[in-house]
Amino acid sequence: MLDPKNPARRWHDMGGDTAGPIPDLETPDENHDFSLWEKRVDALMIIGAAKGYFTVDGLRRVLEDMGEDAFEKMTYYERWIASINQNLIEGGAYTTSDLAEKMAAISARGETYGDASSQS
Amino acid sequence: MPHDHHDNDHLSPSGHPYRADDDTDLSYWQTMEIAVRELLVEKGITTSAEIAGQIETMDARTPSNGAQVVARAWTDPDFHAALIQDASAATRDMGFDIGPLKLIAVENTDDIHNMIVCTLCSCYPRNLLGLPPDWYKSRAYRSRTVREPRSVLAEFGVTLPESTKVRVHDSTADMRYIVIPKRPQETDNMTQAELAALVTRDSMVGTGLAKTP
Repeated sequence: MLDPKNPARRWHDMGGDTAGPIPDLETPDENHDFSLWEKRVDALMIIGAAKGYFTVDGLRRVLEDMGEDAFEKMTYYERWIASINQNLIEGGAYTTSDLAEKMAAISARGETYGDASSQS
Repeated sequence: MPHDHHDNDHLSPSGHPYRADDDTDLSYWQTMEIAVRELLVEKGITTSAEIAGQIETMDARTPSNGAQVVARAWTDPDFHAALIQDASAATRDMGFDIGPLKLIAVENTDDIHNMIVCTLCSCYPRNLLGLPPDWYKSRAYRSRTVREPRSVLAEFGVTLPESTKVRVHDSTADMRYIVIPKRPQETDNMTQAELAALVTRDSMVGTGLAKTP
């Protein structure tokens, strides 16, 4: 959403906006554990960056270019894997056709994450 | 991964149950995660072991690491001075892997209460506290903390005297903050380990106070 008073300000720059109550505060100081696939996304970010394929700035560029709609509709690690993938393709780690072929093969493996992530 | 159907799979490496979404239908983005991971292994860029190792490293980072830092700062004046001077170096000296981050410790006193936020994204002192809680990444926390910190604090059950100055620190990708909460009263005879048990995650983000014994 464009800020009429400051058109250069982008959607992700949300400091100072008004907003509703802080969510998920039922159990302050408690963390839910992240699911395995989310932890793997986090690990792929650290490793992809450590191997020089992108920087945290590259990660954020793609996240911010996704726009506000993605922020509302996708979960945190969904946005991250989309950005990591984009950065890795740009960095030459693999091609879009590698990805398409691999994703089709994975979808054919099974109905659940557990089934699809086990390679036989 | 060969171990995905192992009997222990209902517990994560950190000993908590996985969130339920592991057993729901495979989503598009989960498919992409598997694809990216397998492609990186096939192309020789990483290995399954390296990915598993990184997950273990992250699981081992919990607020108890930050609590040790705070408890030492409360009891060891030389360390306290070093921490305020250069928190990256002081915590590295304690053996924590801080990476290339610039870490800044901000200290709560009778007059000043510090809070941390990342208005632009989700930057958090993850090397000391582990992954941020969901609320830290929420629109509400990111937007309102710099505008109305006291009403945000009230939602966390924290009410400060009007005379206390509230300082909000906006983190960046390269510069992270950790709050040193105020040491509770009647803790003079406690050991560092006992003190560390009083230091909560939220007290190091500034949305909480250290527990009283």
